[in-house]
Parts: sequence; C-alpha cells; structure tokens
Amino acid sequence: MPILAIQALIIVTIFGITLLIATYSTYAERKVAAFLQDRIGPNRAGPFGLAQPLADAVKMFFKEEFIPAKSNKWLFIAGPSLAMLTACMSSAVIPFGNTLRFDGLPEIRLQAIEVNIGMLYIFGVVSLGVYGVMIGGWASNNKFSLLGAVRAASQNISYELAMGLSIIAILMMTGTLSLREISLQQHGFNWNIWYQPLGFIIFLVCAFAETNRTPFDLPECETELIGGYHTEYSSMKLGLYLFAEYINIFVASAVMSTLYFGGFNFPGMDWLEAHISSDPLLAHNIVTILGTVVLFGKIFFFIFFFMWVRWTLPRFRYDQLMNLGWKILIPLAILNIVLTGGGILLGEKLGW
Amino acid sequence: MTMAEKMYLPAVFQGLSITMRHFFKKKATIQYPEQQRPIGKEFRGLHVLRRDEQNRERCTACGLCAVACPAEAITMVAGERKKGEENLYREEKYAVTYEINMLRCIFCGLCEEACPKEAVFLQNNKMAPPRYERDEFIYGKDRLLEPLDAGNSKENIKYRY
Repeated sequence: MPILAIQALIIVTIFGITLLIATYSTYAERKVAAFLQDRIGPNRAGPFGLAQPLADAVKMFFKEEFIPAKSNKWLFIAGPSLAMLTACMSSAVIPFGNTLRFDGLPEIRLQAIEVNIGMLYIFGVVSLGVYGVMIGGWASNNKFSLLGAVRAASQNISYELAMGLSIIAILMMTGTLSLREISLQQHGFNWNIWYQPLGFIIFLVCAFAETNRTPFDLPECETELIGGYHTEYSSMKLGLYLFAEYINIFVASAVMSTLYFGGFNFPGMDWLEAHISSDPLLAHNIVTILGTVVLFGKIFFFIFFFMWVRWTLPRFRYDQLMNLGWKILIPLAILNIVLTGGGILLGEKLGW
Repeated sequence: MTMAEKMYLPAVFQGLSITMRHFFKKKATIQYPEQQRPIGKEFRGLHVLRRDEQNRERCTACGLCAVACPAEAITMVAGERKKGEENLYREEKYAVTYEINMLRCIFCGLCEEACPKEAVFLQNNKMAPPRYERDEFIYGKDRLLEPLDAGNSKENIKYRY
C-alpha cells in the first residue's frame, strides 16, 4: 500500500515541520524583539545563536519539576498536555500545497487529512485549547492562576464569536468549509483579501486574542497576575505551555494565509505551469512545490507580524478588551456579513 | 476620543512603522569580552603605587592621600627605613602596609592630587575587577605596587599624565 505509506510520510513531515517552526519561533521571537529594540539578541550558542532553542530545551528539561502540594496533581499534569495536544492537532487539515502527480500513482495531496469540514475542525480544536489553560490554571490552587484562567476563558469565548462571524462571510462567498476547496478557488491572484478586507482585519484581531498574544495577552499579564495561568508551572510543563502558544501562532498564520491570502496560490502560476517544462507532470509538480514555498513565505510573514505587533503595542485593559470584542468587532462582523450578502445578490442580478 | 482614534488602526500602524524603523537601525550592543568600549585618557581606574627611576618605592607614608580621601578607603602603616634598604625605598620613611578598599573607593582621584611624591596614580586602562569575597577587594601593596620587572615602566603602564 504505497499510498498509505506516502500519507503517513506526509503526516510525519507536517508534524515535524510544525514542531520545528514552533521551536525556531522562540528563537525568532527573541531575535525580532532584540532587533526592534536596537539590540542583537541571542548569538552565543552556535552560529548566530541558532542552537539557542536546543539550549533552552535542555535548560527546561533539567529544571526542577514542581507540583504544588495542595493542587490536583492529575489535572495539573493534564493542563499543559491538553494545550500541547490541541495545538498539534489543528495543523492536520491545512493544505500545505496542491497535488503531486507521478506516473502509476494516484494524485498525492500535500495535506495530512482532507475533510470537507476543515474550517469547523480547526475551530473546534482551537476552542478546546482553552481547556488546557483553564484546567492548568484551576489545578494550580493559586488565585493568580485562577484569575488568569478565567480571563483566558472569557476572552477566548468572546473573540471566537467575532472570529466565527468573520469566517461566515468567507463561507458565503466560497460555499464550502473545506480549506482545500477554499485554497483552490483563490487560483492565481484571485485572493479573498480583495473581497474581504474588513473580514480579514476582524479575523486578524481575533487571531491575536485567540493565541493569547500581546496586545491581548491578559491571561498571562505579568504586572497584574505574575505569570497568569502558568504561575505555578516550571520545567518542561511550562515549556509545553509556551510551545503550544507558538504552535497556535503557526496554525493561525497558516489559516490566515489559506483563507485570505490564497494559500499555495501565487500570481502567474498558470503561465509558469504552461511554460516551465514540456512534461506536464513535471511542470505541475514544480508549480506545486513553488506554491508550498510561497505558502510558507506567507506563514513566516504572519509569524513575524505576530512578533512585530507584540513588541510594538502595549496590553489592553480588560474592559477595553471586552468592549472591543463585543461592541466593535461583533457588530462589524455582522455588518461584513450583510455587505457580503448584498454583494453576492448584486453580483447575481448583474450576472457577474 | 474621535472616531479615527477609536478605530485604533491608524495609531497601530504608526507604532508599527516606528518599530520597523528601529529594526533596520544600527545596533547599540557592544559584544563585551571581544569588543570593548573605548576608555578616555582621563579615565580614573585602578590605583598603582609607582616606583622611581631606580626601582625604589616613591611612597613615604605621609598619609596625605588618606586624609584627602573622601571615602576613607586608604589606610597605611608607616615604618622607618633601615640601613641597607636605600635601594628599596626612596625616602627615610616608607609604607609598611598600604591598603585601599576598592569597595569604598569612589575613584575620584583626590589621592593622586594630594600626593606630594607622585607615588599613587589611577591608571586609565584598568578597572577593579569583580571578586567573590569582600576581603578580596582590599588591595594591599602586593597588588598595588608596580612590579619590579616593569622597569621604568612609563611605557608599560599608562598613567593619566
């Protein structure tokens, strides 16, 4: 069964790439932070400090594994595990490229699993992610952790609403929930961002809140809550929480690129496929691989954007956060749905 | 707040452009052990007790430096030169012990100015290094005195003047 072996290989590769990018996101975060602050950043471990994530991991593993005496031990361990699990699960349905074609084999999709409810799957798994934070914060038996967990829960639920509403406009346009279908419909330069700029801004802001990044990182607000939900965590359990955050950033960037910025499509791909090689299979494969590279370029840009914003903007106050979510983003998202619906009706009337 | 301010986005983009400008700026970091900040000629660093041209100690233990010291960092015990020690000490009196507490010293250079024999100087190329114990910061003659093999060491040790 070569196709199953290939599928397993793709799943392992995507999993490995996810972990690798998350690992080096920690390094990139420190480097970007340093550059934005006129510093150099880590450059002692290996060339340009590239071994820094390894050194950090070794440090994390060798630190004392601390579990508070009166905490619920099982839930305390389950918290970071759950955060990590849900973070890793969500990259499964993202199409990292089009198809590869070889003689005598069925088409190979560069995607771990293709489900026709891909978008709902991501929403469901990302929503589960808040349980990791909540369980960890509650099990710590510490009021700061609990406050952080409660904040995380209410913030994620509030912003998921606006996020879901902004996605509905995309679904109305494309008529499908499958991320692969959405990618294929944005062929060439026909990206959704040209039709949904407002929806994209709402989605972007909500993605920041969903991944607990500044300016919405109130669950781990140091000045008020020490470490928030991970105050009591140490060693690799803390590492898993931080790591899960970076995986979430990676997935959020991938979803944003796929939904709004054409995924693996790039302008001129038809021309390239027609002209690069006389062999149609080879031409198709080259364009697919280039598309994957382009998609990763988009993802890296968004990861950089997450960091750029983190080191620029100060944290919101909690009432400002709630006002922004409920009084501005949700009405805007509903307005966006109405406008999109109007646009679709108008298009049908005019026969576009 | 006006409508434009309430939308947050203009201010956000302004902030982002400011940080992006810093991204490409020249970095202010100095890679310390490999790269060092240039020290001025007037820098007042670690003390040294000088010898004269014939390798004799210049210090005569008059105590003027200790009196001038605002931080009271300098202590000394004076002794009389015996016969046969003329090649060691220039004057008839010399410092048996001469101690500077580097934790107290504020490196103001008043000792240097008070010294009538031009014996104590603050070097402009050396700083008191970090140590683990407090008593290691009390520098005695063993660490303050110019080494013998330094010769007429004006070239080897840079003085302020």
